[in-house]
Amino acid sequence: MAEAGVPAKPVDNRGAPPSLLLRYGSQLGIIGVGLAMWLGFVLAAPRVFTDIDIYRAFAETTPQFGIVALSLTFVVITGEIDLSFPSVMALGTAAFCLATAYGGAPWWFGLVCALAAGAACGLVNGILVAALNIPSLVITIGTQFLFRGLELVLMGGTGVPLTADQYPQMHALLRESYLGVPVQTLWMVAILIVEWFLLNRTQFGAHVFLVGDNAISARLMGVNVARVKIKAFVLVGVTAVFCGLLSSIYGYYFWPSTGEGSLLNTIASVFLGGTSVFGGSGSVVGTFVASFIIGAINAGIVSAGINAFYTQLAFGLVIVLSVVLQTLIDRRIRRQSLTGR
Amino acid sequence: MAEPATSNAGEPPVIELRNVSKSFGEVRALSGVDFKVNRREIVGLLGDNGSGKSTLVKVVMGFHTPDPGGEIYFHGKRVYDWSVARARDLGIETVYQERALCEKQPIWRNMFMGRELRTRLGLLDVERMRAEAARLMREHMGFTSAAVHPSNVVATMSGGEKQGVAITRALYFEAELVILDEPTMGLSLSETKKTLDFVRNIKQVGKPAIFIDHNIFNVYPVVDRLYVLDRGKVAGVYNRSDISMDALIERLYHVARTGTLEKFDG
Repeated sequence: MAEAGVPAKPVDNRGAPPSLLLRYGSQLGIIGVGLAMWLGFVLAAPRVFTDIDIYRAFAETTPQFGIVALSLTFVVITGEIDLSFPSVMALGTAAFCLATAYGGAPWWFGLVCALAAGAACGLVNGILVAALNIPSLVITIGTQFLFRGLELVLMGGTGVPLTADQYPQMHALLRESYLGVPVQTLWMVAILIVEWFLLNRTQFGAHVFLVGDNAISARLMGVNVARVKIKAFVLVGVTAVFCGLLSSIYGYYFWPSTGEGSLLNTIASVFLGGTSVFGGSGSVVGTFVASFIIGAINAGIVSAGINAFYTQLAFGLVIVLSVVLQTLIDRRIRRQSLTGR
Repeated sequence: MAEPATSNAGEPPVIELRNVSKSFGEVRALSGVDFKVNRREIVGLLGDNGSGKSTLVKVVMGFHTPDPGGEIYFHGKRVYDWSVARARDLGIETVYQERALCEKQPIWRNMFMGRELRTRLGLLDVERMRAEAARLMREHMGFTSAAVHPSNVVATMSGGEKQGVAITRALYFEAELVILDEPTMGLSLSETKKTLDFVRNIKQVGKPAIFIDHNIFNVYPVVDRLYVLDRGKVAGVYNRSDISMDALIERLYHVARTGTLEKFDG
């Protein structure tokens, strides 16, 4: 995104639009990192990484957290964070199971219930953060336990089988391949396109940037800051449930622990994708590419014969390095504005 | 306190506040303020730091809601649901002391902040916003098209240029009333002169404005009427034609010491 670009010599070249390198530098950087890593994996495990199967596996599993990472990008651009989405994944899928397996409702009704539950969770988070002004880092830890606890109580801690015989439509929607491409990735591409328009071509998207950049200025100019943040949280809630359904249908079974373990790689995808931890800049395309890199780290490390313990180390490194890099860029922008340049 | 006669009696004021108070917890920033701006009139607001100038302006702008009992009239009609969005819809544009810019965003996003241009489909018209921003910078900010590109971020601009963005933004939306809240703060001499020229320009176009500054030398030459605020109250109202700059300065010193102008106007 152009927002991340910092002109190197502002005085001389301000008449020109920011160069491609400056506008898309962080995205190009991510793609470069991705390519380098892929090359490393190919060299380390040529048999695995020249086979189409590993790429099919990426295309099936990455969207299970990548789709919610796309929405989380909105929340992070507004300067907030949502740590509760793993529990929302489970609670929404539980709503689906309660409606269909226990309540006997048709699959589409279960789907509506599930997405509505996700929207409700997002609404709760958004109101607590934006209307009551509670730091999202703290309150979404609270709602993470709240939503997970609610799901465990409702389900009595038990799972529900989600076989293709019982849910043929859900499997057609969320598990098949079309033209050789796993439907999970088709969904992720479709949601990327929708959310790209939402972020870059709608008033809501424009306000997401303004709110994260300077909430007071945005308010002075008539932007309803609370409403913008609440909408972003609702977006995360709904897509979190979608990811919960994707991963449950993928495993033919709803586990009460659905979503656990998706927190780190989702957040890593957002930050690696170049979205600023300080708010005000970010890109869903960056998150999209970064999700697949994060997805590849896990599979790649195992296939390359490295101990799986290293994946945690790799995620940690990715988060720390990308946030440090952003801090350095951000500081440079702020120093420029302090000196008037 | 005698209200000075105004030239265009008969027409209701563009905006009028009656008995407006504003408290922040225990602090009473405004108490019982009556204030109005007539058509084609530039009104100056003078007062020390903490006299309530900015609070008054933020009430006019819809950012602060007045305490119960205060009334707001727009073109003679009482307005109840006053908010920033409402005020901007009615054509009140403000150049804030804080400039109210988002510095990491490109210039065009700042120009159209909160009032983004959209296509018939409801999507943002990014191309038109960029083109309009470039035109405004050329025509109102005196930038040659080669100087600054509208896609560059505001953080790369100087203080005066940033003020230019804020002022141009206010002008663009065919304002019914322009509010300038300490627009010269932190500006160099030549940038201050440019800003004052802009205020005169508003007058020539025939639009009303409120001009706040703690520097009387900036305010006096461009305004028609002056309010002196002190500790949240209106201490005096003057037509510029009725008072010399020296007499005004004398009153300002007096009010700062005693909190009242009774000796002069009582």
